[in-house]
Amino acid sequence: MAKVLVVTSGKGGVGKTTTTAAIGAALAQAGQKVVVVDFDVGLRNLDLVMGAERRVVFDLINVVQGIAKLPQALIRDKRLENLWLLPASQTRDKDALTEDGVARIIGELRPGFDWILCDSPAGIERGATLAMRYADEAIIVTNPEVSSVRDSDRIIGMLDSKTVKAEKGERVDKHVLITRYDPARAARGDMLGIEDVLEILATPLLGIIPESQEVLRASNIGCPVTVNNPASAPSRAYVDATRRLLGEDVAMSVPSERKGLMNLLLGRRAA
Amino acid sequence: MHAIAEPTRQQLIRFRGRSYVAFVFTPVVPIVSWLEEIDATLARSPGFFIGRPVVLDLAGLDLSASAIAHLVRSIEQRNIRVLGIEGVEAERLSASLPPLLTGGRNSVVQPIAAEKPGVKKPPTSLLLDSPVRSGQSIVFPDGDVTVLGAVSSGAEIVAGGSIHVYGALRGRAMAGVNGNSSARIYCQKIEAELLAIDGYYQTAEQLEDSLRSRPAQAWLDGEIMRIAPLN
Repeated sequence: MAKVLVVTSGKGGVGKTTTTAAIGAALAQAGQKVVVVDFDVGLRNLDLVMGAERRVVFDLINVVQGIAKLPQALIRDKRLENLWLLPASQTRDKDALTEDGVARIIGELRPGFDWILCDSPAGIERGATLAMRYADEAIIVTNPEVSSVRDSDRIIGMLDSKTVKAEKGERVDKHVLITRYDPARAARGDMLGIEDVLEILATPLLGIIPESQEVLRASNIGCPVTVNNPASAPSRAYVDATRRLLGEDVAMSVPSERKGLMNLLLGRRAA
Repeated sequence: MHAIAEPTRQQLIRFRGRSYVAFVFTPVVPIVSWLEEIDATLARSPGFFIGRPVVLDLAGLDLSASAIAHLVRSIEQRNIRVLGIEGVEAERLSASLPPLLTGGRNSVVQPIAAEKPGVKKPPTSLLLDSPVRSGQSIVFPDGDVTVLGAVSSGAEIVAGGSIHVYGALRGRAMAGVNGNSSARIYCQKIEAELLAIDGYYQTAEQLEDSLRSRPAQAWLDGEIMRIAPLN
């Protein structure tokens, strides 16, 4: 039976979709059977980042409405055979999501997969609350800056009150993932430090993903960052985070860009 | 031959039953002294019969029609509404008098005890053993609130008594909301957005820099909020 993991943040633009794709791909590479579900109805991005935008026929809303069956909507990744995508609709909006529809889809997905990753939209309204409603675990993606931290705190509060697990008196396992971290700026005091973020959020740290141009490059190509350039710093950080998610004890570190001799001699790689 | 059947009428009038409990006056002869007793009751509790119409039980008396009318007038003069009369023959009641009632059953009239003013509920206290997250609002007018954890920016605690935060206070804390001006606010790290005690408030801007991020307590001194470090 699958574990339902919601990737949420409250604030927009912090790296939820990037994280869903990266960790989804890393889990699939580790042998797990993974489906990533895009809950951002109307502003879907997960299909772009996964490189599947030209193969979308049916989407989440079609399945909720009963127009399509779930296997018709699922898109298999071309690179990793254990990785599937359930895209969102681009023409509808979040009001088309219903609690019963989402419950039914999660119920249908659970037996066939090891992980169901829900890519939540930004905000605290219907799309975000439905994405987290049936979650067993949560990754709260946070940038080390004050507005992102406050919004993440709000979302943590909602994970403890608006989920089915919370209503039953159980706890959703929560992890903080710090993204777009720049060690130089943190040292100068331009960014919140890791300890400051964790002190405010009081939630265990899953990983620290450094700021990197690789993320934009990978999303433009339509490939999760862990698959596009596995040697890059964010990719290594995502793989470490995935290993921690699977229960392995990995020491916390911020990977830095490896500057090999050839890189220094030849300069920037042409895009 | 009826080509068209009569359409069934929609029932517009519905009859429902409802019962009420009424006070019953049972006048005794001589009527004048009985009325004097009514006056004495009214002198003690003038508003007693307001909203409480009475039924006159005349079964024990043999009053003529005009005597009944006179009795009803005397009672109405005392601002007591008469709802109905029982125990007489219908002929003795003219149309202008209250109607004849039958089928009444005795029931117990619960006296409404006046709530003793000034009886205060004993204060209780609320314990929260996890941090209060941004956007959460804890309202507890009955006493103290204790938080084992931080109160995040954007959260608020409203308490009738004091507020104790075993962690950083970054949100809003409003103590003594029911007029308790001796309530205090305690925290391990003061970074509050707003502090209020019994309605007197102070925002983060007015907090002295030397106090910021230290353990502190706040209390009300007249109309001034005093904040001092806790050690």
